[in-house]
Amino acid sequence: MTAQSDVLDAHKPGSTRLFVTIWVVLLVLTFVEVFLAYERVPVNIMLTVLIGLSLIKAALIMSYFMHLRFERLGLFLTLIPAMVFCICMMLIMFFPDSVRLMHMRPQ
Amino acid sequence: MSHSEPEFVANSPWSGGTAPFAVNSKKLGMWLFIVSDSLTFSALLIAYAWVRLATPEWPRPFEIWPAIAKSTLMTVALLTSSLTMVLGVAAANRGDRKKTVRYLWLTIVGGLAFIVLHATEWVTLIHEGVTPWSNPWGVPLFGGTFFGLTGLHMLHVTIGVLYLAFISVGYSRGKFKPEDVEVSGLYWHFVDLVWMFIFPMVYLLSVNYKG
Repeated sequence: MTAQSDVLDAHKPGSTRLFVTIWVVLLVLTFVEVFLAYERVPVNIMLTVLIGLSLIKAALIMSYFMHLRFERLGLFLTLIPAMVFCICMMLIMFFPDSVRLMHMRPQ
Repeated sequence: MSHSEPEFVANSPWSGGTAPFAVNSKKLGMWLFIVSDSLTFSALLIAYAWVRLATPEWPRPFEIWPAIAKSTLMTVALLTSSLTMVLGVAAANRGDRKKTVRYLWLTIVGGLAFIVLHATEWVTLIHEGVTPWSNPWGVPLFGGTFFGLTGLHMLHVTIGVLYLAFISVGYSRGKFKPEDVEVSGLYWHFVDLVWMFIFPMVYLLSVNYKG
């Protein structure tokens, strides 16, 4: 093994117990989502809660399963803010127009 | 970082360090791919939301039983395969080749379970007359967005299963390093992550309560 891969392999924390815990949390959040659908929660509340829970699940997957929490901060800062910015730019195009269309619907 | 890191990583990027992120180039490449691919899926999800808001009578064809139950089972299969993947990566980093290959095959089984369940779901819808161009409810864009989103995701899962099989066979023969397993794991977790958005947005917001 070269010196470089020694260094690159040096920072790999995370125990089996941690990963199983994250998996259980993700399953519980999924079942909460399904339960909300089963309980016929109104669609606007449902949408907000679902997006919130999905973002939490995405953050858990990226932080622990994808090891981002254990990488250097520089990698996170290079990747994630740019991605979030681009998605926000798409939403800027999306919101005014889709809300206008929603109000233009024949009632 | 540990104090034992050699100069080329220890140097700050500003003073000529050659590995400022302290990850190998394959891993950085996979991360860059994941960022760009997440924008593709975001664009599709936003397009779906746009079309749905603009359509007065969006169909809600998924009944709690069997469609929602089945898609929940698919979610569980994908989440569990992510767990076996991360355990496989940990085993690879410990140098436990046999365990790594076993975990990789468990991950592949999870992926295949997802593909089979999703395919039966598609067949059910196709029998109901839903195609990417038309459906019985008179909202052709429903099929377009549904098959567009889930189809691109299915393509990712299928490629992921092939990718993991390739890595698994190669790793058991000593052709790949633990970092290759880890990079394939990044891809697999990303596929899982995308489903965490598609499942609620496509299935849970289209539950049919009348049935």
